[in-house]
Amino acid sequence: MKPPAEYYQRDPDRHPPALTPGYKTSVARSPRLAPISLEQSISEITGPTFGPSDIGPLDHDLIRNYAKTGDPIGERIILHGRVLDENARPVPNTLVEIWQANAGGRYRHVNDRYLAPIDPNFGGCGRTLTDSDGYYFFRTVKPGAYPWRNRINNWRPAHIHVSVFGASFSQRLITQLYFEGDPLIPLCPIVQTIPDPTAVEALIARLDMNASVPLDSIAYRFDIVLRGRRSTLFENRLEGN
Amino acid sequence: MTDLPYLKETPSQTAGPYVHIGLSPGAAGFDIYDHELGHDIAGPNAKGQRIRVEGLVIDGTGSPIKDVMLEAWQANAAGHYAHAQGGGPVEDGFRGWGRVITDFATGEWGFDTVKPGQVPGRNGTTQAPHISLWLVARGINLGLHTRLYFEDEADANAADPVLNGIEWASRRPTLIARRADRDGHVIYRFDIRIQGDAETVFFEI
Repeated sequence: MKPPAEYYQRDPDRHPPALTPGYKTSVARSPRLAPISLEQSISEITGPTFGPSDIGPLDHDLIRNYAKTGDPIGERIILHGRVLDENARPVPNTLVEIWQANAGGRYRHVNDRYLAPIDPNFGGCGRTLTDSDGYYFFRTVKPGAYPWRNRINNWRPAHIHVSVFGASFSQRLITQLYFEGDPLIPLCPIVQTIPDPTAVEALIARLDMNASVPLDSIAYRFDIVLRGRRSTLFENRLEGN
Repeated sequence: MTDLPYLKETPSQTAGPYVHIGLSPGAAGFDIYDHELGHDIAGPNAKGQRIRVEGLVIDGTGSPIKDVMLEAWQANAAGHYAHAQGGGPVEDGFRGWGRVITDFATGEWGFDTVKPGQVPGRNGTTQAPHISLWLVARGINLGLHTRLYFEDEADANAADPVLNGIEWASRRPTLIARRADRDGHVIYRFDIRIQGDAETVFFEI
């Protein structure tokens, strides 16, 4: 059997560094020593896999998956896109999970005490599997901005947290998406942890009028790119002999 | 000159303090999914020694981090991962993957599993039994990869190509979980230090 190939190394300029003093919490939670470079083995090129039996039929629909007495308050949106790798190949059957605040900027979480109210019909999480083309979609309400404790008057732009697995533990990624046109994006210390402005652009979901449902929901498009994988392997063998 | 036609990876952002809403909503305080993922790593049919792993994640002030989420990835006792390229079959119900949430009051975390077997390394080597761990939390901008090895696998650890690849031998013990049995159960203690004295080894994989 041909040995499985490795993933391309991460581009450190694409990601925020560990220590970003403008985001104060990172100061005591960032390693000071350099990470050790680990040539990938079977432990890194494998990872958990998921199937349709892992998720429920409404898990991707945040407007309905916690509805008790009616739909949640807020601007109804569709969030959709594709999960690709750096070779522009689709990543099929991969688990995409999202979480977010409600339209007022409040999270349904025991530790969130912001004064904006909980929405009784909104849980704030969803999950889905990409199809064979790497395509995914969610239906939800647009989250609100909210204040947070960093500097005295910091506000998070409206955002949705996104978790993606890919095909191996090497591709594991958690990020946040923002919404086109939000004036809070350039002011946010968490956005500013990313030094490269073109990388920040990749986190901004684009208004997608063609995918909107007239008289119902407006759409945003967010494509996700995971690490690519070599198709050939030279000299160093990953495993076996 | 035109660029090669590669896409660029989506940048990471912190998982934030409310990661539990999305990935472990029961811990956030509400019940929404028919079943949450990652609560059972080994399943009921896994062969091998049942173990528990416990620890803290400690920040640069020496305080436990109380809002971290860890993911574990491991082989079964035969050294096979639950994956198409995982090296061989696994028991029905064995996933080898779990999600671990710290106690919001104390920062203590723990999970039950089976002790993994040895797995192949690169170039014909053999890796000692280990569990791969990935940590995310508020204040962590890009998830941290590390590995847990077992104190009572001294011979295998001594031959492990990853441990031996760490230039500073003095740092290798940061990846060794200490065995501390309790009430007849096999417990391994693994505290992760994000920075400061005895900073845990993290990997760029």
